[in-house]
Amino acid sequence: MNAKRNDHLATGIIYALVGIVVIILFGLIGYILVSGVPHLSWHFLTSPSKSFAAGGGIRDQLFNSVYLLVLTLLISFPLALGAGIYLSEYAPDNWLTSLMRTAIEVLSSLPSVVVGLFAYLVFVIQFQIGFSILAGAIALTFFNLPLLTRNIETSLSSVPNLQREAGIALGLSSWKTITGIILPAAVPGILTGVILSAGRVFGEAAALIYTAGQSAPALNYANWNIFDTNSFLNPFRPAETLAVHIWKVNAEGIVPDIDVVSNGTAAVLIIVILAFNLSARYVGNRLYRRLTSSK
Amino acid sequence: MDEIKDRLLKPSKATKQDQRGRMISYLSIGLIAILVISILYFIATRGLSMFFNDGIKVSDFLFKTDWNPGKKLVGALPMIVTSFGVTLLAALIATPFAIAVALFMTEFAPKRGARFLQVVIELLVGIPSVIYGLIGLAVVVPAMRIMYGGTGFGILAGAVVLFVMVLPTITSLTVDALKAVPSHYRQASLALGATRWQTIYKVILRAATPGILTAVVFGMARAFGEALAVQMVIGNAAMLPHNLVSPSATLTSQLTMGIGNTIMGTLPNNALWSLALLLLIMALVFNILVKLIARKGRIK
Repeated sequence: MNAKRNDHLATGIIYALVGIVVIILFGLIGYILVSGVPHLSWHFLTSPSKSFAAGGGIRDQLFNSVYLLVLTLLISFPLALGAGIYLSEYAPDNWLTSLMRTAIEVLSSLPSVVVGLFAYLVFVIQFQIGFSILAGAIALTFFNLPLLTRNIETSLSSVPNLQREAGIALGLSSWKTITGIILPAAVPGILTGVILSAGRVFGEAAALIYTAGQSAPALNYANWNIFDTNSFLNPFRPAETLAVHIWKVNAEGIVPDIDVVSNGTAAVLIIVILAFNLSARYVGNRLYRRLTSSK
Repeated sequence: MDEIKDRLLKPSKATKQDQRGRMISYLSIGLIAILVISILYFIATRGLSMFFNDGIKVSDFLFKTDWNPGKKLVGALPMIVTSFGVTLLAALIATPFAIAVALFMTEFAPKRGARFLQVVIELLVGIPSVIYGLIGLAVVVPAMRIMYGGTGFGILAGAVVLFVMVLPTITSLTVDALKAVPSHYRQASLALGATRWQTIYKVILRAATPGILTAVVFGMARAFGEALAVQMVIGNAAMLPHNLVSPSATLTSQLTMGIGNTIMGTLPNNALWSLALLLLIMALVFNILVKLIARKGRIK
């Protein structure tokens, strides 16, 4: 009966380990929410941050995070789409393609600090853009591209070949087949991937410290001229995001109400990211059902 | 007649559109390739300039233990040791958990349990690294201080934080590896009268070993390159760690702390770029390792 006892023992251990992992996750999220949500208030969300005094908010950081996310997706989505289409539809099975795939794998395995430093070196210093939203968005694009490309590629290649054959049989050019038939069929997968990558971009900090910078100069939300230094839309101003704000507040430790600021910011960050994750799941499922008429 | 001939001989609108579309997709993939090459090129030239322009020996950089670039002391061994320390320790803690979760998802409860744990894992991936760092700072470091004395900052705190961060990476790749084991292996083993655990231990895990190893290497790559979460709990003292709870610094933490405080082109700055180069090389090494494991697994 030894084998049977071992079986029970192993099963017990596996259940216990799984239980611990689940507890860790809920502990993490619970901790952030419990310690952060009480600090949240309208005032906290809508007032600018303070460097030396207590009572600062996160208005500018919140806006910067969103703005940076939008810019990043604007740059990285078309690129990733093009590259994904190439890899899934056009790429011949030869050494060049496998080299491209390797390049993308390498890019995705590079530490985000290294990617950030590269963007810092080339854009902030060489091209003299300075610490700016634009440099940050470019760095985040580099960081986001490989994952988004791979996601789009797998979404496209999971569309059955019959669809391609049907398109070609109708006399459509392959580009028309791709944009008219394959792409719509792959939309749910692509959309889920984009939303998940948005969550990743929203929380990224290491690549931003030396590209988008660590300061949030006073913004004027009524100034729509994107070339003014205090305009909220100016892509050439330095911009601290929520994640960088948490890091900086803790690393510097000068703000007196450090717990309030960092826990509150962390709660906002985690709520947004949870929303991204859950909505990705929901939107993906729903769209899939709608587009494929499957239940 | 000429008009019709012209129309037939010229590429049609659809052809042109097709060519243009093809162009666009070639262009984007080309851009990514250029990007990767230029990252390698720029980091390499910056990182090597310390050895060529400042006359530092590579062996001094890799094996000396004194880090004080202002005084021309650029021994990076403390950072290298600490980086490997946290990485290995984190992988060591995370692997059993990851395998357990993956087994649970594939062998024990493939339907509802798996769906639930999938959500758990995706949420763990989604949590930003600064939040892990923040919790490390608020929970793990004080716990270490109470348990082991000292400041609480150190390799152990870093490893605990990283363990949670690499867990989802290792788990999801292990799930893929376990799913790839053909189900007739399971059926054959069970038909022979083996218990579930015997099947798992003697058949499934053995068959999935290359895949699981790949998963662990990917996890280690992530741990090695993680910057902020580690930086917040490691203590940031560039000296050789004498135990697991003494403050130290990893390659990434030294980089994030230092690069803003040094002037471009000076030795302290170049030394930091050399650290970045080291990180880049390690990322490549992890990549090659994965390829090797995959090749070896295929022959079997």
